[in-house]
Amino acid sequence: MYEFLTGPMLWVTFTVFIVGCIWRVVRYVRGLSWQLDRVAYRPHFALGARHALKSVFYWLVPFGSRSWREKPGMTILFFAFHIGIVFVPLFLEAHAVVAKQRLGIAWPSMPAGLADGLTIAMLVAGAGLVIRRLALPEVRIITTGYDYLLLAITMAPFVTGLACRMDLPGAEGWLLAHLVTGHLMLLAIPFTKLSHMVLYFCSRAQLGMDFGIKRGGERGRGIVW
Amino acid sequence: MPEGKYCFRRPLQTEEDILHLLSDTRGTNYYKEMEELEVDTEALKKRLDATCKSRLRTWLDICARCGLCADSCFLYRVNDRNPEQVPSYKVQTTLGEIVRKNGNVDTKFMLHAMEVCWSRCTCCSRCAQYCPHGIDMGQMISYTRGLLYSQGFVPWELKIGSGMHRVYRAQMDVTEEDWVETCEWMAEENEEEYPGLTIPVDVENADIMYTCNAREPKHYPEDVAEAAILFHIAGENWTVPSSGWEQTALCMFAGDWEACKMQVQNVYDAIERLKPKRVVGTECGHAHRASVIEGPYWCGRPDGKPPAPYIHYVEWVAEALRTGKLKIDPAKRIKEPVTLQDSCNYVRNYGLSEITREIISYIVEPGYFVEMAPNKDYNYCCGGGGGFNGVGRYRAQRNKALKTKRDQILATGCKLVIAPCHNCWDAIRDLEEEFEIGIRWTFLKPLLLKMVVIPEHLRPAEEEE
Ligand code: SF4
Ligand code: SF4
Ligand code: SF4
Repeated sequence: MYEFLTGPMLWVTFTVFIVGCIWRVVRYVRGLSWQLDRVAYRPHFALGARHALKSVFYWLVPFGSRSWREKPGMTILFFAFHIGIVFVPLFLEAHAVVAKQRLGIAWPSMPAGLADGLTIAMLVAGAGLVIRRLALPEVRIITTGYDYLLLAITMAPFVTGLACRMDLPGAEGWLLAHLVTGHLMLLAIPFTKLSHMVLYFCSRAQLGMDFGIKRGGERGRGIVW
Repeated sequence: MPEGKYCFRRPLQTEEDILHLLSDTRGTNYYKEMEELEVDTEALKKRLDATCKSRLRTWLDICARCGLCADSCFLYRVNDRNPEQVPSYKVQTTLGEIVRKNGNVDTKFMLHAMEVCWSRCTCCSRCAQYCPHGIDMGQMISYTRGLLYSQGFVPWELKIGSGMHRVYRAQMDVTEEDWVETCEWMAEENEEEYPGLTIPVDVENADIMYTCNAREPKHYPEDVAEAAILFHIAGENWTVPSSGWEQTALCMFAGDWEACKMQVQNVYDAIERLKPKRVVGTECGHAHRASVIEGPYWCGRPDGKPPAPYIHYVEWVAEALRTGKLKIDPAKRIKEPVTLQDSCNYVRNYGLSEITREIISYIVEPGYFVEMAPNKDYNYCCGGGGGFNGVGRYRAQRNKALKTKRDQILATGCKLVIAPCHNCWDAIRDLEEEFEIGIRWTFLKPLLLKMVVIPEHLRPAEEEE
């Protein structure tokens, strides 16, 4: 099972994940319509691109946008969660080892202590996000089972990974669970709201262009939309 | 009942149509019939397929349901933070539902969606600035209004308003003759005080073509006169078109995109006919949005621009003050605390926040200008935007919405509010009526007229020394 999940299945998952993400982006861009969206994307491309990049960038920086600054608690939860989710799987030593052994790819890795710290921060933040959903009426009303399911899908590989790392009893079971949940998460990305992993860049860029091209980019000063 | 006598899906196309609907006072029968108006789900589905593309669908899909947009919405805040006023909730339970069900919705749902779209959102797009995903709920509600309109679920006044645009190319029954007569009348009326004053109609190749809001000739003709006097003092070579002078689009609030195109095309035709160097629009936010920001797209202009440079009144005023075309008498500058209403439509949605402050620097004695909080691109809607002001059915909700602006103004401690936007001006007038906080409000034109220096050669003879 281990062999399969870190061998052939890894290729399958990666392929579905990557092709799926590309397909979502292509479909997004192709579905844009200057007349329906009322944004002249092409004729003012340079202006639009500038504001698109600006918008993407400032929202990726903690406290970079006004919204992040006005909600510091959420900002901390959000960034702790996303930094963990992106960097730990990418640069975990154990993953680099698998990449080397099974796929023959040399991959950089981060110190174990850092990875542990980020994982724990991510899980704590995840729990915080769940509590926030339950506690705040304005978030509770828009939350559905689907949102909790997605949180579970994203947190499961981290819980199981941490269990492996801490050598909890039943090591093999944890490892298997980690592999299964990891695959599940990657496979879910193109098909669920987790596609925001790539679509964030699309919609953020789109609004940057919208404001940049037609709603004041030429005239406004220093506003990040 | 498929369709009623007053409430039906087709738009109002003729004067008789309009009079017929107007005869139904306050839309009593109209709304009664609406309770039974059937939804043409096939047509709705077709419309979705044709117009609901990746941007809107992606927005619906990836909304993280994080609630960060909640506090950004003044209607959420002013309604005691009622979760049903969270922007994401408003959209998910209207457009989201229509898309999920692929148009298979019933009358009851449409009635609810109408209430949400016209009484819980003014399409001010403030929330767009606060969403990590860049989701603009204002635009989504505006889109949803289009779906509702196409099915006949639209507030009575806005159905009439968009009919007016279809029939008169103006939001009110002001005909070409009425308009030209008003111009002549206003020029005559003020000629004595301003010798040589004219309102030139249909002059080709002028430097400026001026367009306005039909409320001006209809209810405030002095506004037309003031514009003329200021152009006169500034020595502008200007004109107004006999047709294509009306710049607003209630049809935009109604979601009647076809009428929007008819309306703004009429203005663009005037531009192409008279070939002015540029066009100046009046002190109105939604007019600017309609004819400058959205209009080019309705008309299919690929560069997203009107046929000639088209500026808002505040841009012309700032320029005239900067270049000395208009000179302010320093003794007459405002010397009392004064605040400024930033209209969403040309500030947040067009980037004119700094230019309005440049005007302030000329007309207000230093130290007397007090900013609202929040302001500029982050200002809250006046409370009456997006058609809210004009819909009787939602008057109670609108009045509640006005509290936001009331409190913002009270916090400045000012008794005078400059509001260079028709709709904001109306809302501020209404809030004073409703809450009596003892404020005054004004457009720029009358203010400027009180303090501008009239050049020697333009003064009436008897005043000459
Ligand atoms: S802020 Fe954006 S992503 Fe979050 S709930 Fe509102 S619309 Fe959805
Ligand atoms: S557009 Fe304005 S009124 Fe509408 S939901 Fe957003 S913030 Fe609220
Ligand atoms: S009326 Fe004024 S403040 Fe209100 S939405 Fe329109 S422009 Fe904004």
